Amino acid sequence: MALPAEMTQPKIMKPARDVGIAGYGAYVPRYRLPAVEVSRVWKEGTGGTPIKEKAVPGLDEDTATMSVEAARNAVTRAQIAPTEIRAVWVGSESHPYAVKPTSTIVAESIGAVPSTMGADWQFACKAGTEAFQASMGLVGSGMAEYAMAIGMDTAQGKPGDALEYTAGAGGAAYLIGPAEESLAVIEGSYSFVTDTPDFWRRANKPYPEHGSRFTGEPAYFKHVVGATEALMDAMGTTPSDYAHAIFHQPNAKFPMRVGKMMGFQANQIETGLLVPMIGNTYAGAALIGLSAVLDVAKPGDLILMTSFGSGAGSDCFQLRITDKIEKRQKLAPTTQQYIKRRTEIDYATYTRFRGKLVMK
Amino acid sequence: MQVSRHWRLQQQRYALVGQVCTDCEEKIFPPRGVCPNCAKETDAQFEFSGRGKVYSFSTVYTAPAGFEGSAPYTIGLVQLEEGPLITAQLTDIDNDHVEIGLDVEMVTRKLLQDGDRGVLVYGYKFRPVVPVWELEPEDALFALA
Amino acid sequence: MTNVYITGIGQTPVGEHWQTSLRELAWNAIEPALTEANLRYPDALYVGNMLSGAISGQEHVGALVADYCGFRGVEAVTIKAGQASGGLALRQAYLALKSGLVETAVVVGVEKMTDRAGSELVSAVATGLDADYEAAQGLTLTAAAGLMLQRYMYQNGLELRDMAGFSVNAHANARNNPNAMFRNTLKAEKFPAAAMVASPVNMFDTAPDADGAAALVLVAADAPPAPQNGMIPIQIVGSGVATDAVALHDRKDVLAFEAVKASTATALRHAKVSNRDIDLFELHDSFTIFSALALESAGFAEAGKGWQMAQNGDIALDGALPICTLGGAKARGNPAGATGVYQAIEAVMQLRGAAGDNQIENAKTAMIQCIGGTGASVATHILAV
Repeated sequence: MALPAEMTQPKIMKPARDVGIAGYGAYVPRYRLPAVEVSRVWKEGTGGTPIKEKAVPGLDEDTATMSVEAARNAVTRAQIAPTEIRAVWVGSESHPYAVKPTSTIVAESIGAVPSTMGADWQFACKAGTEAFQASMGLVGSGMAEYAMAIGMDTAQGKPGDALEYTAGAGGAAYLIGPAEESLAVIEGSYSFVTDTPDFWRRANKPYPEHGSRFTGEPAYFKHVVGATEALMDAMGTTPSDYAHAIFHQPNAKFPMRVGKMMGFQANQIETGLLVPMIGNTYAGAALIGLSAVLDVAKPGDLILMTSFGSGAGSDCFQLRITDKIEKRQKLAPTTQQYIKRRTEIDYATYTRFRGKLVMK
Repeated sequence: MQVSRHWRLQQQRYALVGQVCTDCEEKIFPPRGVCPNCAKETDAQFEFSGRGKVYSFSTVYTAPAGFEGSAPYTIGLVQLEEGPLITAQLTDIDNDHVEIGLDVEMVTRKLLQDGDRGVLVYGYKFRPVVPVWELEPEDALFALA
Repeated sequence: MTNVYITGIGQTPVGEHWQTSLRELAWNAIEPALTEANLRYPDALYVGNMLSGAISGQEHVGALVADYCGFRGVEAVTIKAGQASGGLALRQAYLALKSGLVETAVVVGVEKMTDRAGSELVSAVATGLDADYEAAQGLTLTAAAGLMLQRYMYQNGLELRDMAGFSVNAHANARNNPNAMFRNTLKAEKFPAAAMVASPVNMFDTAPDADGAAALVLVAADAPPAPQNGMIPIQIVGSGVATDAVALHDRKDVLAFEAVKASTATALRHAKVSNRDIDLFELHDSFTIFSALALESAGFAEAGKGWQMAQNGDIALDGALPICTLGGAKARGNPAGATGVYQAIEAVMQLRGAAGDNQIENAKTAMIQCIGGTGASVATHILAV
């Protein structure tokens, strides 16, 4: 894909001091809605389905509770005192309150209050990687030793809409800290943003709208490729240098196709490709792909992650796994353990769990 | 709407912060003024591990106001590994799979919402311990659907 | 030392009184009690009530009822101790009369439950639990009983049907009680199949919420007063009140009613009698597990064996220890804070020999006991003729 000249002259973001991931934790709720259930209700079972099934939160779950569990897993892996955390940042498009931070609920639950920053981030599906990037800056500048970045969502698709097949629930939390304490060092980051309205939700509306096929080439592909190629160019890497690559995963096809467009092989993408089993977890999607990769990564592995958020933009990261990973992998449940904890529900139960039944 | 009533209990509800008696080392939850074991005044905080076992349980079919949408749900008496019993909902479990002696762990979940406009109240519930097993190679390699 | 006698009783049928308000209910019970006792104004009025605030939006019921009954100016107070409110009101009246400062008193237990329905009523009843650590978790009173019953069955190797005898007995005894809510026969084999309320407690295990009021006239005297209208005065010979943790989880043993144990011991000691002297026991059978544990904790059965008394006929009218002789809470109906006073009335009827077909032969000493919440407040009284 040909890019304008100014887009090929990126300024790689790299903090003054090296930073990395000190701990990470995933969370996926227990319930699964098979895509054929959506198809059964809205298409009489005709046509294909974009994924196998998606994760659905229980009645007592929301972005706050799910973030708490992922954050606890991250702290457990980092083995630090929560009072050392100077920022708790939650990126989501499904914050439980319209006004009132999710982050304070998480910070209070993990014991990080009161000497901490707390804020909620919003940028559709890349809100989590934004928080991740900002945490790099906070720790990299020396303002903090540790910062927590979370991408988590309980996304909603309009009943019968294409998004209803895939709008899933889950995400991951990352404790960003000094490189020498890290299980993966973040070697560089790059962001690529334009004003592209491919998907949005207006204030006070329950469900998002999208531009259908407009979400593809001018939105997802342009930004993911723009960010990824610019970063690789600046870092002097080629696709074959990476043990694993994670691209934002709104469905199973897009990340595979975008990877192939840039020269990645399927086996580099598959470990972090969770969307067939849990759906599109929006702000959690790239970050939970990364947690699944970290669960199995080996010291020395080079990892690439590119998110995509509608509206639109992509954040790209290059990480190098350190020898601290092996011990920390086993300290908390893995992403796949959460995925295996699976209870199938039907469309009726799904509508009940997601508050789609009119009760009064 | 009630705000302060739930806010003041947050520490206990979010992180199972109770007390330990500085005299007899009895672990206490919920916090109280006087140690139930030795009757000395208590004020030392203690954070419970969140691990425990189901001591008894009941599945609620006729729910109180604010809980109708969750029924039928199971509420348990959980014996924490440090000793005390605690009353809490069991979550992420099928009602017909609950049994006395089941190993459970604390999670933070939505307890209730104060009407349509009030605050969301979060707190402890318990769920079956998420099983930990060694990863098998194929777990990491999901074929595309 | 002054004695305390019950000289008049009055009650409304237990059930759904759609046309009748809280204050009217109280009066409907007080009026016949006054007539029977030949009394116009008591020195004091003690109202036992649990739910007037939650259900009727009305607190300050002592003055309200006093005024409605024509007692304006009389000392009056509401006693609140969950479902034990009626027994606690009786206790307060008893103490006042014993003190010598009050010579005549009216005790009324009144509860208006049907003005709330469904989940709102369930929530109102749950106010007798620990609000922050039980009810906030979604616990209901029935679910709390479920926690106790589940554990009881587990520890003693029982099934739900093993508890049926308590409900079967209650329904059998209510058949001849015109004030009872359920006068139908309950067959033991139907018991386990009823719809669950909070497992393992089902519809046939739990006593029904209902409206009702019951009243007593009490007088202080050194010797039994002359019968009024041919009614023999019944003496309160023992009284004991005790408390336990409100929350089940705060108790040393969730299957021990410690307050039953303590208040029973106090009442027996006070009355200078023993368990063997009790001819009938009006216990608070809100749930079958409450009956079993009350029998155990009051010393009539060993721990874990209370349920057997319902299986082997011990609790029947002709058994070793008849209980719930006019239907108990299960079949007479369970108007929360009024129950303790209904129990007193039923014991008075037995001791007067006025219990009709349900009369316990030679009944001389009766024990009544009401339980608030899951056993946090317990009032035990012993009546004798």
